[in-house]
Amino acid sequence: MPEMYIARSSAIAARMLAGEMMVMNSMDSTFFTLNEVATAIWQAADGSTPLREIIEQRICSQFDIAPEQAQEDAEQFVRELSQHGILLVSDQPLRDPLAPEER
Amino acid sequence: MSLLEEMNQKAFDLGVPLSVHLDVTYRCNERCVHCYLDHDDHGEMTTAEIKGILDQLEEAGVFFLTFSGGEVFLRRDFFELVEHARRLLFNVKIKTNAVMVRAAEAQRIRALGVDTVQISVYSHRPEVHDAITKLPGSFARSIAAIRFLRDQGLKVTIANVLMTGNLADQAGTQKLAAELGVHYTLDPTITPKIDGDTSILSLRIPGEELGEVFRNPALVPNMEEFCAPPKPPTGDDLEGYSCSAGHSFCYISPYGDVFPCVQFPLPSGNLRRQKFLEIWNHSAELKEVRSIRAKDLTVCSSCSHVSSCTRCPGLAYMEGSMRGPSTADCEKSFYRTGVPTANMLRHESGRARGAPLIQIQPLALAT
Repeated sequence: MPEMYIARSSAIAARMLAGEMMVMNSMDSTFFTLNEVATAIWQAADGSTPLREIIEQRICSQFDIAPEQAQEDAEQFVRELSQHGILLVSDQPLRDPLAPEER
Repeated sequence: MSLLEEMNQKAFDLGVPLSVHLDVTYRCNERCVHCYLDHDDHGEMTTAEIKGILDQLEEAGVFFLTFSGGEVFLRRDFFELVEHARRLLFNVKIKTNAVMVRAAEAQRIRALGVDTVQISVYSHRPEVHDAITKLPGSFARSIAAIRFLRDQGLKVTIANVLMTGNLADQAGTQKLAAELGVHYTLDPTITPKIDGDTSILSLRIPGEELGEVFRNPALVPNMEEFCAPPKPPTGDDLEGYSCSAGHSFCYISPYGDVFPCVQFPLPSGNLRRQKFLEIWNHSAELKEVRSIRAKDLTVCSSCSHVSSCTRCPGLAYMEGSMRGPSTADCEKSFYRTGVPTANMLRHESGRARGAPLIQIQPLALAT
């Protein structure tokens, strides 16, 4: 099964407010709040770490969730955010669109 | 209540500065007849200073960031500032006259993930718009810029300030916005100039004509409800606050001065001398603004309009007291509903208009 890589879209804005991550897509003004698990995935979406590794390192260990269940939930979450243009998904590593240009 | 409204309410209740309006310069290439600013540069912040402030705003929890001026594109580092802001994941809005925006700039704005670009357009007729901006050709350039931005898929808003010189063109300007496929907003508020000059208040549209604006179905879809007589205030109304100024919103000038709002010139600290959170959390001025509930208002607490009035505490402050009435909003309430306000009943309108005014000054001069 190919790896899944995720990166945050260049069109989004995000900020933590009282423990909830607010995310807004500037293209269509869709606005979301993410729960703690979704926020952990969101924050780790650097384009270079496979989703499987994010789940192992950031989710299963910290939230006491079985890997299979976590993988299934995470893939569904990633697909939803991808449909709203919030996350970019690929089977190849992605460049983080908001990262500083390499000189 | 929408999710966004819920988050706004949460920020208000927790005292988180969710929205900040940052003027990066007061310099401008237009000389609009109604503008309240002094366009000379009295030592605006450097690129590094503004970037440092953006870092502090992120840490403070600011989400919505508006870059404005003056004309923002007169700063050669403007895109560098926007890029820094976007890297910090702010939701960025830009207010501009857009006369310096061409295809390349529009493309860059799009690539940076800017949420909205708001552009001032005062008429659908070039001669009327250019007479207000005092920049020949500005209408053509602003409209061209709107097309470049719109073609990039950006959200664009035409902001029209309604005054005596363009009142007759309101419908035409609204139609122009519709033809261009962009959003349209209208504001009849004219404020005194930064140096205390009140002469531009003569540009305000007369109250009776304001009433016609409020009864224009093209502008006010829920006119019946909007123009209904005020409901008697409840206990909750009297415990309520005027607006988000100083609660979840503030304004930062190009000189680093912090105010509760762009329209509330109460100097509350300076970012060249203090950290943002130090000002936000400990400024005596902001604490005072936050303490004022409707029941504390000297005249308005007994006014029948108290629960529905758009009373601006900043305009009230400019009239002499942040707890007092704002005559411009009294007029709006009256011409919207036909019911006189407590302030109007108390004073002759001519006397109220002549009240002393307090103006924005750089903090260094004010202290």
